[in-house]
Amino acid sequence: MAANTEAFSGGFSNPVFESQSVFRMVMDGMARPGTIRTVEQDAGQPDPLGSAAGAIALTLCDHDTPVWLSAGFSQSAVAEWIGFHSGAPITREKAEARFAFKEASSALSSFGLFSAGTQEYPDRSTTLVIEVEALGEGQELTLAGPGILHSTTAKVAGLPETFLRLWADNRTLFPRGIDVILTAGRHFLCLPRTTRING
Amino acid sequence: MTADLATYNFAYLDEQTKRMIRRAILKAIAIPGYQVPFASREMPMPYGWGTGGVQVTASIIGPEDVLKVIDQGADDTTNAVSIRAFFQKVADVAVTTHTKDATIIQTRHRIPEQKLTEGQILVYQVPIPEPLRFLEPRETETRKMHALEEYGLMHVKLYEDIAINGRISKTYAYPVKVDGRYVMDPSPTPKFDNPKMHMSDALQLFGAGREKRIYAVPPHTQVVSLDFEDYPFEIQKFEQDCALCGAHGVYLDEVVLDDKGGRMFVCSDTDHCEDRREHGHVGAMLATDREAAE
Repeated sequence: MAANTEAFSGGFSNPVFESQSVFRMVMDGMARPGTIRTVEQDAGQPDPLGSAAGAIALTLCDHDTPVWLSAGFSQSAVAEWIGFHSGAPITREKAEARFAFKEASSALSSFGLFSAGTQEYPDRSTTLVIEVEALGEGQELTLAGPGILHSTTAKVAGLPETFLRLWADNRTLFPRGIDVILTAGRHFLCLPRTTRING
Repeated sequence: MTADLATYNFAYLDEQTKRMIRRAILKAIAIPGYQVPFASREMPMPYGWGTGGVQVTASIIGPEDVLKVIDQGADDTTNAVSIRAFFQKVADVAVTTHTKDATIIQTRHRIPEQKLTEGQILVYQVPIPEPLRFLEPRETETRKMHALEEYGLMHVKLYEDIAINGRISKTYAYPVKVDGRYVMDPSPTPKFDNPKMHMSDALQLFGAGREKRIYAVPPHTQVVSLDFEDYPFEIQKFEQDCALCGAHGVYLDEVVLDDKGGRMFVCSDTDHCEDRREHGHVGAMLATDREAAE
């Protein structure tokens, strides 16, 4: 029963203003890919969900957004926590998911099963939130594209090794494609589908 | 206490609506120039009064923001005053008329003369978001044209303009291509403002309430006005300077003064004009007025 009480605890203490503040960070992050943002708000999320990922779930998910969870999350209290606080249905079908959350150091074999939207409606695509070990240290990535003046660099530790290849494939689908938010504890950075990455 | 019982949620919209609009904004930023459909709500003002822009602003605004609202460049016209008052009432935010002090600028059909900066967000009120709508009325068809990047019809339209008028006669809502992919309607801003959208430091968000579309141009993104090699895109040029502040190279409004052909040209951006006058710049008509008073 311990898992149940975990699922009911937490949440924003002031949902209106905290979700506004987290959203502005995500919006700024999407508009300026690669910049690292820090979430100060406490989402009270259960392990192993990180606090940035938890805050993003509370800010953006609701009954209109089916959520897919990787194995480590779906076997923990995370599924019930997201369901209880946001009302989002948990789905096992990647293609149905508007948001997907993936825990750190789990394998990433393909983006292919997530929805990339259609050529007519490329907005109907999954936003994938991937937990990594750390942001601001580790492998240096060079980023370019809309929102970035010339180019910028971002350091990511614990990026799944398949990520860069999958991302290059994702780029070729444009305007279809998934969008990614990398999270590490309280920190996150956004990679909209327009961003070109050189490892 | 009774006064507190029936208050609106912060920034008028309910939280579920804000989440829906916020998700649309994020996808709009990820696909620059693509129009994201959203479930536009009925607002306490009629369509055509900027309900799209108001919903976008309401979904992004927070207590720390400073809001500026302009209507054709002016802070003091009906639309601007009423939207500013709306947000003062429902979100209790600080407002300003100074471009440089604002964090969010909601605009109807102008981009401020002063260059926007990194921290600022420009929210456009858009009447008809679809640039191809007057060429092809069917949504199913225009959607397919965007999907296939089939913009030949728009170039034919511009070509016909040249064949009939000797130049591209479109002076406002002049179509642009965003990041080399989507053709976008910049809303009915004068084409004078198009170059300001290109590689802007500020995030630009567009909301069309009646047509239920949100689209965006991220900062540092290419926005190119459509043209031909032999008929390149040109912005309006004014022979006169502003009659009040003497500014040159800004967008001017013509004001009719009497029924004997008297008229003056003044800055459309009222804040820019006031700021220049405060700094001692004097236009031709202001100078004559002062001399007459002395």
